[in-house]
Amino acid sequence: MSDISLWQPTAPLDNLRRRATLLADIRRFFSERQVLEMEVPILSRRATSDPHIDSITADCSGAPAFLATSPEFGLKRLLAAGMGDCYYLGKAFRNGEAGGRHNPEFTMLEWYRVGWDDHRLMIEVGEFLSWVLNISRVCSYSYRALFLKFVDIDPHRASLEELKAVVARVLELSFEPADRDECLDLLMSHHIEPNMDLSGERGITLVYDFPASQAALARVEHDELGAPVARRFEAYVAGMELANGYWELTDATEQQRRFEADQKYRVEHGKSVNPYEERLVEALAAGMPACAGVALGVDRLLMLACGAERIDEVIAFPIERA
Amino acid sequence: MANYSTNEFKGGLKVMLDGDPCSIVDNEFVKPGKGQAFNRVKLRNLKTGRVWERTFRSGESLESADVMDRDMEYLYNDGEFFHFMEPETFEQHQADAKAVGDAAKWLKEQDICVVTLYNGSPLAVTPPNHVILEITDTDPGVRGDTAQGGTKPATLSTGAVVKVPLFLEIGETIKVDTRTAEYLGRAKED
Repeated sequence: MSDISLWQPTAPLDNLRRRATLLADIRRFFSERQVLEMEVPILSRRATSDPHIDSITADCSGAPAFLATSPEFGLKRLLAAGMGDCYYLGKAFRNGEAGGRHNPEFTMLEWYRVGWDDHRLMIEVGEFLSWVLNISRVCSYSYRALFLKFVDIDPHRASLEELKAVVARVLELSFEPADRDECLDLLMSHHIEPNMDLSGERGITLVYDFPASQAALARVEHDELGAPVARRFEAYVAGMELANGYWELTDATEQQRRFEADQKYRVEHGKSVNPYEERLVEALAAGMPACAGVALGVDRLLMLACGAERIDEVIAFPIERA
Repeated sequence: MANYSTNEFKGGLKVMLDGDPCSIVDNEFVKPGKGQAFNRVKLRNLKTGRVWERTFRSGESLESADVMDRDMEYLYNDGEFFHFMEPETFEQHQADAKAVGDAAKWLKEQDICVVTLYNGSPLAVTPPNHVILEITDTDPGVRGDTAQGGTKPATLSTGAVVKVPLFLEIGETIKVDTRTAEYLGRAKED
């Protein structure tokens, strides 16, 4: 056993030097665009309610507190308070997420643009990624167009049975998919995402108009074919998910309803249920300006910039050595 | 038997899948930012050798397989079974032709092989990487022709047929790589 080297970083020092310049470049990008860096709590009395994201629980002064899974709630409260365009660059934590592209503690960049919608922000995300990664090719597809292209099915209209049949055609599973979203997640993550660079040339792919059932905190509107879609987008490079953005929900009542629906899902699926951020609902009720926001995984961005295959090549001390 | 959860899956772990013992080759955690978490797992079926790719929900678990690799000495073949012995305990195991498979053509008495036991019975046999065997049949040697690099087939004492240089004769012993059936050289005289 070569346990004696476990004190060492897993990442080559050159990649860690590249991280330092990347962080400086990110701050310069936003400074030049008059977007202000904000700090928000990493340790909070409120947890995420996202059905598929688990907060890490800490003990703070004898009561539970939670490590932030994203800076979203803090930044939105600042937006409602009138801060204007702002961003966060720092750590976020997600329980149980570890693997080639995941570490439970990771670096997240999240920014908000007041008065913009998802399509306007997608342009800026494309500019940002082109600039950092020196890639000029940017393609955008609707979620529907992508599914039609790869598996010849309309993800908004197909029945559960039709989706299951497509999944069975392209994947071998140890379980029966429970619902439409599970089928869509499987097809997206296992089949479409890895093959997104159709021409073989590395490009930035932006995908928009997600299923309404996967809206998270995005507005839901009807698309040109009349299907309800989430005004949410994702950015991918080299078959890797990098960023997730919304034309943000500003309706407090709808926000409250989604928090409650998320909690219900978590109860029904035997997941931990923690207090949700009711102060976000209060902030929206007080009036958050219309805005678009996006969160981006900085470690993955660095993987692309360094040509790394695994996230532990760009993090000094991933969880096994932290 | 113990159960292993997807987050414990790693290369070499032996688990049961669809009633067959398997060895995990690779385990990839796949999770869309806003979606469900899966593990995309590659497993080798130890009975058939076939590699499967299967997706699990993160947190699912599989039963461990009672599979272990043991170094054993090959004793003899009685016409139906191949007999092996554990060198320390002298415990003997018999393996049928299905378990021995292609390894049969490399098995020389007293060589140390790896016998994979499943529930205590031989499931597979891996011969040593390098074996020393006698040539029992080949065309007559061509003396002095060592530079040309031509080859001819030679049958070895265990039945394996390998390509050897033209100058080798019946009765000579040679060293062979069992993974590639490649001739490595004349065995050194003891």
